[in-house]
Amino acid sequence: MLSGWSITLLAAAYLGLLFGVARFGDARADAGKSIISANVYALSLAVYCTSWTFYGSVGRATSGGLSFLTIYLGPTLMLLCVGVIIKMIRISKAQRITSIADFIASRYGKSQLLAGMVTIIAVIGVVPYIALQLKAMAASVDVLLDHSGSSVQFWGLDSTFLIAAVLALFSILFGTRHLDATERHEGMVAAVAFESVVKLVAFMAVGLFVTYGMFGGLGDLFQRAAASPELGRLLQLDSSRAGTWTALIVLSGLAIIFLPRQFQIIVVENVDESHLKRAVWLFPLYLLLINIFVLPLALGGLLHFGGQSFNPDTFVLTLPLARGAEALALLAFIGGLSAATGMVIVETIALSTMVCNDLVMPWLLRSSWLQAENRQDLSGLLIAIRRIAIALILLLGYIYFRAAGEAYALVGIGLISFTAVAQFAPAMFGGMYWKQGTRAGAVAGLSAGFAIWLYTLLLPSFAKSGWIASGFVEHGLFGIAWLKAQALFGLSGLDEISHCLWWSMLANIGCYVAVSLNSRPDAVEASQAERFVDVFRFDQRKAEASLWRGKASLDALVGLLERFLGASRAHQQLSVYSRSKGVADWHGLPVDAQFVQFAEAELAGAIGSASARVMVASVAQEEDLGLDEVLDILDEATQVRAHSRELEAKQRELEAATTELREANERLRELDRMKDDFISTVTHELRTPLTSIRALSEMLHEDPRLELAERTRFLGIIVGEAERLTRLINQILDMAKLESGRAEWTTGEVDLGETARESMDSVGQLFREKGVLLEGDIPASGPIVLADRDRLMQVLINLLSNAVKFVPGELGCVQVKVGLDGSLVRVEVRDNGPGLTPEECDVIFEKFRQGGNTLTGKPKGTGLGLPISRQIIEYFGGKLWVESHPGEGANFIFTVPLPVSEE
Amino acid sequence: MKRANPIRQRLAALSLLGVPLLTYPLLSLPGGSLGGIPASYLYLFGVWAGLIALAAWVSERRGK
Repeated sequence: MLSGWSITLLAAAYLGLLFGVARFGDARADAGKSIISANVYALSLAVYCTSWTFYGSVGRATSGGLSFLTIYLGPTLMLLCVGVIIKMIRISKAQRITSIADFIASRYGKSQLLAGMVTIIAVIGVVPYIALQLKAMAASVDVLLDHSGSSVQFWGLDSTFLIAAVLALFSILFGTRHLDATERHEGMVAAVAFESVVKLVAFMAVGLFVTYGMFGGLGDLFQRAAASPELGRLLQLDSSRAGTWTALIVLSGLAIIFLPRQFQIIVVENVDESHLKRAVWLFPLYLLLINIFVLPLALGGLLHFGGQSFNPDTFVLTLPLARGAEALALLAFIGGLSAATGMVIVETIALSTMVCNDLVMPWLLRSSWLQAENRQDLSGLLIAIRRIAIALILLLGYIYFRAAGEAYALVGIGLISFTAVAQFAPAMFGGMYWKQGTRAGAVAGLSAGFAIWLYTLLLPSFAKSGWIASGFVEHGLFGIAWLKAQALFGLSGLDEISHCLWWSMLANIGCYVAVSLNSRPDAVEASQAERFVDVFRFDQRKAEASLWRGKASLDALVGLLERFLGASRAHQQLSVYSRSKGVADWHGLPVDAQFVQFAEAELAGAIGSASARVMVASVAQEEDLGLDEVLDILDEATQVRAHSRELEAKQRELEAATTELREANERLRELDRMKDDFISTVTHELRTPLTSIRALSEMLHEDPRLELAERTRFLGIIVGEAERLTRLINQILDMAKLESGRAEWTTGEVDLGETARESMDSVGQLFREKGVLLEGDIPASGPIVLADRDRLMQVLINLLSNAVKFVPGELGCVQVKVGLDGSLVRVEVRDNGPGLTPEECDVIFEKFRQGGNTLTGKPKGTGLGLPISRQIIEYFGGKLWVESHPGEGANFIFTVPLPVSEE
Repeated sequence: MKRANPIRQRLAALSLLGVPLLTYPLLSLPGGSLGGIPASYLYLFGVWAGLIALAAWVSERRGK
């Protein structure tokens, strides 16, 4: 069944299916119905799992046990730092960034030098990694063919070359459809997500088959492994390799965002920031699932083939084949194929963009036939460059694979690649969070890190493969011992990866920080630093407008866009822009700073920010803003922000103050109204006795013949009313004094019982005249309180005279009771009068309000006695209230606190 | 002023929690085996799955 042709057909069918998926994705994107959902985005991230994962993890597990897991734990932890990734996405969208080289170059003043450096590091670091994928595919085909004993040759070309050619075709078709690299490649992403599912299913299927089909489950497998001392070692974590463990987690955490293909998928191909919310857990879950069976497969292989010399990297294929499960082996082959093709496609697209924009374009722009006066359409040329770059990169990978063969330089390349791209970390993180980082610093850091990587990792791997003399590894360069490539300065005891990571990061970060602190950025750098670091609050329009000054003609800029984007795409973008500005026709657009920025951003999407800067500068007469001027503008923007925050704070304070004032005003008005009420009531109360005095006096004056008895009666009333008037005025004065706090108090020890008896004596005459019984329930001496004796007496007399007014004659009875109630002295004056309604109980303590119906009955008092009494009692810290029900008499009660004993 | 995004902060906190849990010296704690499966294997996958579950809970809890 496993003939060479059937394998070829199967691979061809699978690749055909992949084309179909990509085609579908692109068709849907063109129709405006994107199929890139949060789940597809999360799955496409799994392009991280290459054939190095699919085949190589098992190989690693046979020698290092669980340490292969670090490669997947690092990404899990890194991805949780969503803020960092969202910032990268936001910056890239704002600056139309298309690759990691462009990102770093753009941040440090759109530097062509940096862009070129990053591109070269990426190509050197990653091309061998592509070769590794081709090797894995070749190896898997070999295993299947070995098994069937057949071979396949097409026109003298081997199958790997054919696969590489098909992959190049795929990348060209789906990776360079648009010139504008910021345009997303949705077909490609869809295909990658599809491949992620295929490889997961294939790997899980093999894992389940081996664990439960060939062995008795996980427990059985582990127990059989533990029985052998050699395999048992793989089950335990080796704490002597703690340093390596941590280093690998850091390394893989950096690789997940800085590998060119990962940057492409995570940042450039991101449709919607919110998709990250799904990816943050779905992608780690994917990694977990694909890793569950790695160790069981490794152990299963070692147990099954024990002793025979089998390549552990192909256990995924050889184990099913050993049991004759050929269909499963084919599924595993397809899984491995999808792991390799997914990686190769995305990586070549990402690298081709970098090579085209950052290596070829700067060189082309310098050559004479591309100068600005030459106005032919260059968009076709750009696409051609990119396509050639894809083909060349794959060819390079293929040549490297052929040359390296089984050499160590290929097998160990996975982590060597990771370490190469980790060199971008200081410049990237520094660029996103540290405004002081400068181009000189980034160049110095990258060069230092790259040089150390070259010397301690890549060249030694060449030496191990026997390509170059290994003297510098064993004895040190020029025989100097502390220059030994993998024990630099005598640092030994680490594995080569940790050794390189530690030295290269030290050199990289050290140079980046030291040089940055000792160099001055130029104007473009300073403004880009602001745009990157403050991307979340940068007010783009305003600052852009002030950061560019110069003159440019619409024709020249549009001409530039037409040359690099193609006429139709340029016009399309121009009309989108003019619509957003509210201008009907783009021919009428004003050529201001914003338009220049727009043109430069559009160009940056096509040819990279560094080249775009050069091209725009070539057609516009720009006024060169000095660094100081740029910093001033940026400071101004910062100050404006600070001022506006201050203003906001001030405004909040003002609002609070206004509210308080309004409330105070309300209170004042209320008081004013009460005062008016008081005055009108007082005048009313004063007028009543005055009116009756005047009326009677006039009668006496006008009628001299009045009877004597009548005259005496009138005079009696006049005297009574005059007395009432005097009392009223006295009480009003008293009240005013109390309220304003100007009353005079003579506080001393007062025997309340005695005071009560005296008060009863002084009003006794009133009671006797009316025939009302007055009873007292008062202790013989005490209680003693601190108060003003006269004032207390005033209260008691007031209460007693009120009582006698309201009780019925002859049957009336008033009781006075003095007693203790906890720490209070309680005095009650109880009568058997008509009683009060609950409303009246409150009302009678208001000024000029009296008990009984004041409309029908004649007022019996001034209406000020009780309010005054209450004020007095409250002054001494007590309370005065009434308990009463209609028809049951009233009980006026007041309390005065006992003096606090001094102990 | 925009307040810092609470979901992002929670996820970053999870990441900081994961670092000590998934590196030495804590890793040297699990020893022996449980039901035939080595404790180190169970520990690594268990902590990993726990982090993923927490991340899923944090980021999907308040869907729009």
